[in-house]
Amino acid sequence: MNRREFAKLMGVSAVALSGIPLGITRAAGQTKGGTLNTIIQPEPPILVTALNQQQPTLTLGGKIYESLLRYSPDLKPMPGIAQSWEVSPDGLTYTFKLFPGITFHDGKPLTSEDVVFSMTKMLPETHARARAIYSRIDKAETPDPLTVIFKMKAPFAPFLTALDCTTGPIVPKHIYDGSDFRKNPANAQAIGSGPFKLKEWVKGSHVHLVRHEGYYRKDEPYLDEVIYRIIPDAASRSLALEQGKIQLTQWNDIEFYDVARLSKLPNYEMTTKGYEYFAPHQWLELNNRVKPMDDKRFRQAIAHALDLKSMAQRVYFGMPKIATGPVSSKTRFYEKDVKRYDYSLEKAKALLDEMGLKPGADGKRVTLKYLIPPYGEVYQRAGEFIRQTLGRVGIDIQLENTDVGGWADKFSNWDYEMTGNLVYQYGDPALGVSRTYISSNIKKGILFSNTAGYSNPEVDKLFDEAASATDDTRRQELYSKVQKILVEDVPVIWMFEAAYPTFIDKRLKNVTSTGVGVHESFSSVSFG
Amino acid sequence: MTSASINSGGRVFAVALALAGWFVKFVAVVLVIATFNFILVHAAPGDPAQVIAGQSGASDEKLLAQLRAEYGLDKPYPIQLANYLKRVVTLDLGYSYRQQRTVASLILERLPATLLLTATAFTLALLSGIILGTLAGVRAGKWSDTLLTIVSLLLYATPVFWLGLMLVLLFSVQLDWLPAFGYVTIGVPMTSLQRMGDIGMHLILPAVSLAAVYLAIYTRLMRSSVLDVTHQDFIKTAKAKGLKQGRIIIRHILRNAMLPIVTVAGMQAGALVGGAVVIETVFAWPGLGRLIYDALLQRDYPVLLGVFLVMSVIVIALNLLTDTIYRVIDPRVSVRAAS
Repeated sequence: MNRREFAKLMGVSAVALSGIPLGITRAAGQTKGGTLNTIIQPEPPILVTALNQQQPTLTLGGKIYESLLRYSPDLKPMPGIAQSWEVSPDGLTYTFKLFPGITFHDGKPLTSEDVVFSMTKMLPETHARARAIYSRIDKAETPDPLTVIFKMKAPFAPFLTALDCTTGPIVPKHIYDGSDFRKNPANAQAIGSGPFKLKEWVKGSHVHLVRHEGYYRKDEPYLDEVIYRIIPDAASRSLALEQGKIQLTQWNDIEFYDVARLSKLPNYEMTTKGYEYFAPHQWLELNNRVKPMDDKRFRQAIAHALDLKSMAQRVYFGMPKIATGPVSSKTRFYEKDVKRYDYSLEKAKALLDEMGLKPGADGKRVTLKYLIPPYGEVYQRAGEFIRQTLGRVGIDIQLENTDVGGWADKFSNWDYEMTGNLVYQYGDPALGVSRTYISSNIKKGILFSNTAGYSNPEVDKLFDEAASATDDTRRQELYSKVQKILVEDVPVIWMFEAAYPTFIDKRLKNVTSTGVGVHESFSSVSFG
Repeated sequence: MTSASINSGGRVFAVALALAGWFVKFVAVVLVIATFNFILVHAAPGDPAQVIAGQSGASDEKLLAQLRAEYGLDKPYPIQLANYLKRVVTLDLGYSYRQQRTVASLILERLPATLLLTATAFTLALLSGIILGTLAGVRAGKWSDTLLTIVSLLLYATPVFWLGLMLVLLFSVQLDWLPAFGYVTIGVPMTSLQRMGDIGMHLILPAVSLAAVYLAIYTRLMRSSVLDVTHQDFIKTAKAKGLKQGRIIIRHILRNAMLPIVTVAGMQAGALVGGAVVIETVFAWPGLGRLIYDALLQRDYPVLLGVFLVMSVIVIALNLLTDTIYRVIDPRVSVRAAS
């Protein structure tokens, strides 16, 4: 007896329980139609990505809002709503040509005016990351409805890497201009120009997106609907995948300990691709203001004492790649030729002895507190592993637990000794790496700033110069140099290039074909 | 069922007085609870602005200042508290800037799902608990009593999330009889009758899981209460005057044994409104418990305070209901004594 027969027995109509009709038709190479069921967790507060940049908001909002450019897995710019672009030789003027016929979900056309409004008015007001980048625009011009010209105050090479859908979502000017952005009643409708528009959002249950009929790309989107289900429990999410109720998972939907088991399911492909643009870099953050962590030798000793290889295996089930320095190997200008800290308890002990940190009668040299990041069970396990492994060289770790509010409060106000941190790199060191190490970004109360309190004038100078240099060879030179200095100083202990298991139904095409992966618009995603 | 008609004027007056007294107490209790909630909620470290920053991967001074101004967090605590109490008195639950919705609409949206789940589970637990407990009580010492005791102890000791997952594994994964999560099938056009049936199917597993623990409590309680009453003199009298066993159980034992159950059930009914968060999480049931839990993690103060307030009002109302039920079951409990 299956569910339908059981339902009949119980006197419940089986119509409602039959599987979701896929209604697929074949057309021109890719299959048209179908419903993609996936997960969103935790539930986003709103869907307007210009106003809220929490990860689930960006994942879901990427289907609703588009930006000027998209990016390939190796972070080369590709057409977004801009079909072509040009940069002047002095690196000051950027000209974008938009695709013709783009419309918002309310039917109004998207023009160069909307782009300029979004990037120079609304986003600099509401989006912290966009503010830092787009406030460098000096003047914006709209010679015609399909042409946008940005003149920069000074050359800023990563500008062309900062036009993805999470940084530069284009919003309708006719809805937001002159209004209080955060209180605009239209926020509930989330009107964008993306391939999917909001049909229904039942809080606590699901978000239902349907195709935007007026989408400008021929034949796209292929899917009829995307349904994001809110499933808060990790075990229930794994179960939903096993039962085939969903065709896609992303980010932390599936816990690491379930990956090996679920990878055996015949209908899914497991990949860690599609996060290249974000390249989340994971490290052990050391408050450089607290003794003995102010001493470079102590930090180097920790780098030698942490057995990252076995941590990757035991805590993260072999998923992540071990990080070699501040820049992810997926980000532009990565330098692999840096000092390596091999796992060696002897070298660690020698460094600690050299500092005069001798073990006491109980074998402990120093006791430090580790504030466990509140982002899931795996962080708890990571904390326990760090305690174990550092204990072997006499560094005694006490674990502290908290929730997101408590962690953010303590960490950003420097009221911590050690904690874990995970920071996105956004394709370019000037966008996602320098912020952790430059002295001008030591800002109390601000998360993801230079919270460790590391300060080195030479590093400041190199990062500064590299951000404004327009020649890639010169930029590589500067970034290579700064990476070597940082690895010698180890202001934080880089651990992993975080990997996330994305389970994709084998019938699905093009889910992780770009560097923005699951945040992408899904306009080209199809069932076969 | 009462002899109220003897002095109906005095009786009405007594009831009115009792109600007025009760109302004053009600308002006072609600205000104290509201103040207490406010202090508790703000005592947790961090604020909504920091949480949003913590989950956005980027932050700056302007963002924090904007968000704090929006939430009214830039004002001193006493003023925030005064503003909040003013809203409570005017029955305004406030506005969630985080979700850009009024708190009342957020609660109203979630309340039906929670009430459906908890009321079903509660009724199920109460009815089966009374029946099973009575059965065990009148057969004390026999094998059926031992079996019921063991089963109820096992249920009581089982973590509710584990029980929920095991039921899912059996009925959804192995047998494929019931849906594993959610409250309704999404994306399928349905008539309202089909929809009700569909929701009913989704309701079975979470309701049974939630009922299990309470069922165990009521069974145990009812058993001991029945045993207690069975040894009272009036039962012996009833037996002596030749009443049938069934009639003794229903008319005499049950009615007297019910009082402790009503007390405990009254207290637990309040907890059921907010206490279903684990089951709501396991079964992705869109109820109030998860709204509270999310609001707590996000430091969404208006939602948190709003839900706490609504829950405390419900608990107080349920206590009143319990008092009323006492009077129905046991005429010796007077209006005055109950108020």
